[in-house]
Amino acid sequence: MELYNQLKSDVRFIEGLKSCMNCGVCTAICPAAEFFDYDPRVLMSVIQSKDNTQIEELLKSDTIWNCGQCMSCKTRCPRGNCPGLIISVLRKLSQEMGYFTESKKGRQQYAIVKAIGKTMLEHGYCVYPEIVVPAAHPEQGPVWEWVFNNKEAVYDRLGANLAMEGAGTLRKIATKNLAEIKAIFDQTGGTELFETIENFSRKKAKGMGMMKEDGKMDNYTEGLMNG
Amino acid sequence: MNNKKNTADWGKYQKEIADDNYYYARSCIRQNFFPGSERTFLKILTQELGKTIYDDQNHTSCTGIGYHTDIVPFETSQTVVARQFSLVGDAGLENMAVSCVTSFGLYNEIVETWKEFPETEAKARENLKKATGREFQIPKNIAHTSDIIYKFREEIWNKRKYSLTNSLTGKPLKIVDHIGCHYAKVFPEKGVGGAEFPKVLSGMVKSWGGEIVDYPERRHCCGFGFRQYLVKANRGYSLSNTKKKLESMAPFQPDAIVANCPGCAMFMDKWQYVLSQMEGKTYGEAKLGIPVLTYEEMAGLVLGYNPWDMGLQMHQVDCEPLLKKMGYDYDPQAKYIGVDGKQIGLKTPVVML
Ligand code: SF4
Ligand code: SF4
Repeated sequence: MELYNQLKSDVRFIEGLKSCMNCGVCTAICPAAEFFDYDPRVLMSVIQSKDNTQIEELLKSDTIWNCGQCMSCKTRCPRGNCPGLIISVLRKLSQEMGYFTESKKGRQQYAIVKAIGKTMLEHGYCVYPEIVVPAAHPEQGPVWEWVFNNKEAVYDRLGANLAMEGAGTLRKIATKNLAEIKAIFDQTGGTELFETIENFSRKKAKGMGMMKEDGKMDNYTEGLMNG
Repeated sequence: MNNKKNTADWGKYQKEIADDNYYYARSCIRQNFFPGSERTFLKILTQELGKTIYDDQNHTSCTGIGYHTDIVPFETSQTVVARQFSLVGDAGLENMAVSCVTSFGLYNEIVETWKEFPETEAKARENLKKATGREFQIPKNIAHTSDIIYKFREEIWNKRKYSLTNSLTGKPLKIVDHIGCHYAKVFPEKGVGGAEFPKVLSGMVKSWGGEIVDYPERRHCCGFGFRQYLVKANRGYSLSNTKKKLESMAPFQPDAIVANCPGCAMFMDKWQYVLSQMEGKTYGEAKLGIPVLTYEEMAGLVLGYNPWDMGLQMHQVDCEPLLKKMGYDYDPQAKYIGVDGKQIGLKTPVVML
């Protein structure tokens, strides 16, 4: 199927691109356009062209990974378009086709699956104190380091229920609930997407000579995180 | 100017916020970085306002961070959210109090998608049933937790111990309000005051004696950017956005920043530290940084709560100068003391610089 038609099969594409008049208001408000080489107006224009070659290029580029998903463009677009939503559709297709490994920023998806995907399924929430390791998060500063090093006492002081059974802040999520989430991921393509990202990434790491004989690809992952 | 039209427009943004009987949906970021705010919110609701709110141990992430980093398909997020709706029903409730702005935005996106494309709702129902055997009703009311504090701001004011004023000069404290992007930028009619004039935080500040700082980058994103913060190599994006805001608000000399999104509050706090380290630039009148509060903490201060019960010791920018300005009665010695009465950790952390 032509890439444009594949994009169109996602309801978010219908919601996000009614018709773009190329005014550039989205670019004017876009924080990503300010700090990165990124222009949502151009992106909308390329898609609207329905040109397969250009869309494929886009899916293989860093461009689509620059958006910060703030959705400021949605508020301002005079046509009610939402480039941020279109980005989600493009990223989805880029991952399904394996195109994401063709760009440096696209390859970062592997590191995100390993961090956030794993935490979500293991702890039931996307973030958990033990994953915000100060060495990897120097920006969190000395107060966070103090919290991190004294997790039990600090969270206890603040009435949390860290890693314990029952209700409350940062509690341990019961196995039956984690099993329901996992079953939903299996049923709805969530698990499959993790595997797709992993498989294409492994292939890429191998191609880049960054996979060890034991199948480990720590250097590849490190490189993704640190740029 | 056609005032009639303006009034009619404004009417669109007076959202309905349920009065009582809430299901509490926790936030991944808030519970990690502002556990005391969650506690404070529940305390205000139950003890000050006499409301019923259910804290459900079966609740999980809505997958929002995974969704906006694109590692979780939309269908998966819809079904996880459908499961949460099912939990609300299990609890015999119809109103959600959502702590996270990303979750709040995602619930709205999903419910609106279901309205527009009924086949997606049917699919989510089928998926949830197959995966978990569950069924669900869409909750009657979905409010952000800041909406609820906004709704009861006068009741909170009536129980006040402090106001948002400088106790020495008697003048209102100058407060910057920062609204999380996903609160109203996608669906303006879901936020109090819409995307252009969100009143949810400024309404609290004004009711509690403070003054709002209107500055050029007031509506600019904090810069979280999901993958832009999570991947270390991209973090400059997050930092640059917060810097843009700080530079823009600095000339107005704000006494504090208040945010309704836990991520925004955390970033605006931590990035001030990074800027002080990287560029030697420290914001705030006394060059001690601008304290960043959650609205739960701000409400708790008005009610005279112990700042160390609310977790102000977890902030990187020191909040004590603000407490002193307010003439707050608190114990500085108790800041790093644990429940056992002993100092937590070998040394106290360095605040700000
Ligand atoms: S603001 Fe809307 S119409 Fe204008 S360029 Fe952007 S998407 Fe197109
Ligand atoms: S959602 Fe993406 S494209 Fe839209 S304004 Fe934000 S960063 Fe720019």
